[in-house]
Amino acid sequence: MFDQVLSALTTVVIGVGVCVLYFWGANWVLDRLLGGDNETSKNDGLRTSIRPWIFLFPALFFLSLYLIYPVFATVWLSLFDSSGRKFIGLGNFIWAIQDGNFLQSVYNNLLWLIIVPIGATIFGLIVAVMADRLWWGNFAKSMIFMPMAISFVGASVIWKFVYDYRSGDSEQIGILNAIVNGLGMEPQVWLQIPFWNSFFLMLILIWIQTGFAMVILSAALRGIPEETLEAARIDGANDLQIFFSIMIPQIFGTIIVVWTTITIVVLKVFDIVLAMTNGQWDTQVLANLMFDWLTRGVDFGRSSTIALVIMIAVLPIMIWNIREVNKEEGTR
Amino acid sequence: MANVAVADLPASKPSFTLNIDWSKLATHIVLLALVIIWTLPTVGLLVSSVRDKDQLTVSGWWSALTTTQRTGGGRTLAADAQVLENGVYVISGNLLSEDEQGRTLSAYGLTNNTFGDNPVGTSVAPKEGGELTVNADGSYTWVSETEFDFKRGQRVLYTAQIPPRFTLDNYREVLTSEGIDRSFINSFTVTIPATIIPILIAAFAAYALAWMQFPGRGYLVAIVVGLLVVPLQMSLIPILQLYNGVAPMLGVEAKSYLGIWLAHTGFGLPLAIYLLRNYMAGLPKEIMESARMDGASHFKIFTTMVLPLSFPALASFAIFQFLWVWNDLLVATVFLGVGDNELVLTGRLRELIGSRGDNWEILTSGAFISIIVPLIVFFSLQRYFVRGLLAGSVK
Repeated sequence: MFDQVLSALTTVVIGVGVCVLYFWGANWVLDRLLGGDNETSKNDGLRTSIRPWIFLFPALFFLSLYLIYPVFATVWLSLFDSSGRKFIGLGNFIWAIQDGNFLQSVYNNLLWLIIVPIGATIFGLIVAVMADRLWWGNFAKSMIFMPMAISFVGASVIWKFVYDYRSGDSEQIGILNAIVNGLGMEPQVWLQIPFWNSFFLMLILIWIQTGFAMVILSAALRGIPEETLEAARIDGANDLQIFFSIMIPQIFGTIIVVWTTITIVVLKVFDIVLAMTNGQWDTQVLANLMFDWLTRGVDFGRSSTIALVIMIAVLPIMIWNIREVNKEEGTR
Repeated sequence: MANVAVADLPASKPSFTLNIDWSKLATHIVLLALVIIWTLPTVGLLVSSVRDKDQLTVSGWWSALTTTQRTGGGRTLAADAQVLENGVYVISGNLLSEDEQGRTLSAYGLTNNTFGDNPVGTSVAPKEGGELTVNADGSYTWVSETEFDFKRGQRVLYTAQIPPRFTLDNYREVLTSEGIDRSFINSFTVTIPATIIPILIAAFAAYALAWMQFPGRGYLVAIVVGLLVVPLQMSLIPILQLYNGVAPMLGVEAKSYLGIWLAHTGFGLPLAIYLLRNYMAGLPKEIMESARMDGASHFKIFTTMVLPLSFPALASFAIFQFLWVWNDLLVATVFLGVGDNELVLTGRLRELIGSRGDNWEILTSGAFISIIVPLIVFFSLQRYFVRGLLAGSVK
């Protein structure tokens, strides 16, 4: 254990040391080789054109190795069987569209993609609008924001406890069933009710992501010029009218940002399903199905295929983001 | 503030005042309800984790402060404890062990079917002879005119009111026998290098993308923005294969801390570069240009001016990366082993959900240990976190 902590700290020191040595050393070498007292303008130009790449090299190396190369490798792997050696063309895709679990996952993912972003945005918006009007608004925001810091597995334990079910006459220790019981209804095994159980899982992600939506939307709301709101009030608009006719249109761009960001989170989250139901009772989603084929099925081909489907779902947002940034910067 | 202004209005508009108050009140109530719904699940976890594990399974955490009614059992002393008092043989003692003191018995009996039949203070006749009387505090006297002769004490069952009991035993248990302590260290081992290493690499790249002129800069920025949203699922298998292929050549294990540190570095870079580049690009141009005029090199400007000025952005990213790595399950499961010396907290928690799914005292305290560090980081550095969030979402 002591060795382990020591090796972690050593890695930090070595890692930082290597970085510093590289940046400083490469820079020094560049100045030495192409510099000197009688430096020519040609050398100067060469140095100027090399230096950015010294700054960029380590980052580009990591990005290429860990993110760019794998995208192509995964596409390639999806054309092979479980061993990764035998080429089967589109075999995995044909398997996928005939596989009940895969289709179930796509269907559930579509539900998640509709419900979670809408839920988180609506709750985030409500809190953002309300909190700014109250003296204890910042406290409220902190509390709503808190689940952002909790891991998906941790959140799953928290909510598993909320949904807990005790059979027979035992007292319910899950708060949801206790409330249901208190209202005179039958306690339920929430996670095993087909179709609706997915919604109980979505609730966990909404619980986590509302804080994110709230922070972003709150900042956007503060950006609305006070004169605009004042003018509307003078014209006799009530709070609801101001909210729907002034605030929403003004922050619509931000709502799209929140929406796309949460959409991506939804596509990537597998921990919640893994910890709560592991895809049983018709709750499977693509990310967990991919994880299942990777760790339990040990089928790199099918696993890659499912990853690719997630990637394709993310693609429109990726292209949109790049276009937005280019619009702002202009590709230089 | 608004209230004061409203109160200052002429009295001719009383209805206006009333309207404002109602909507304020509604706002208070709705927001309070939301805050309660949002915090209650976590509060439940925290309260449950310090409750006695026997009480945890029979009553809801919201009733943690009230007494619970339960059945229990104890055993009297055996015949060798009898004393002769005033011509009768007496065995006396207390049914409650030291841990159980404080319970208030209401009724008792000698068999599973009769434990509610005899109110405390009344007597029963055990088959060993004599008369046994049990009192509310658990004390009993067993009196007989003939000498007792039996080896094992009489079992007595009872119903009792049990006072609330809070304990740190659950934490002691998960820390000592469930391996959470070791996982805690493992999580730190993964998180610290994986947070620090990407920062320097990203900072240099961000500076180049923000302040240096070179062909293709715009395309690189676009690539970084594109990589921000690439799902990690795309990277796992090729990197896993790569590690599996390279590790034997170097004579090391494929699943190692070095592997996960480097992986997290790669996965964290797009956000790091994006955040830092945006921040650095916003630094005042005049400072850079005057420094350039004075003959300072890019390297010097970066290390002496830009890096210190970018502290808020560096802090934002560090918090992001720390929380993300600490809370990550996917990368840890794929790139680290499941041995005691490698399993991180999220992985351990997942394992506990599977193996100890019904032991809520283990799950609640284990989960709380796994979320306490991010919560502390989060609440103490919330300002930087929010700033990073605002800068990091692509506009």
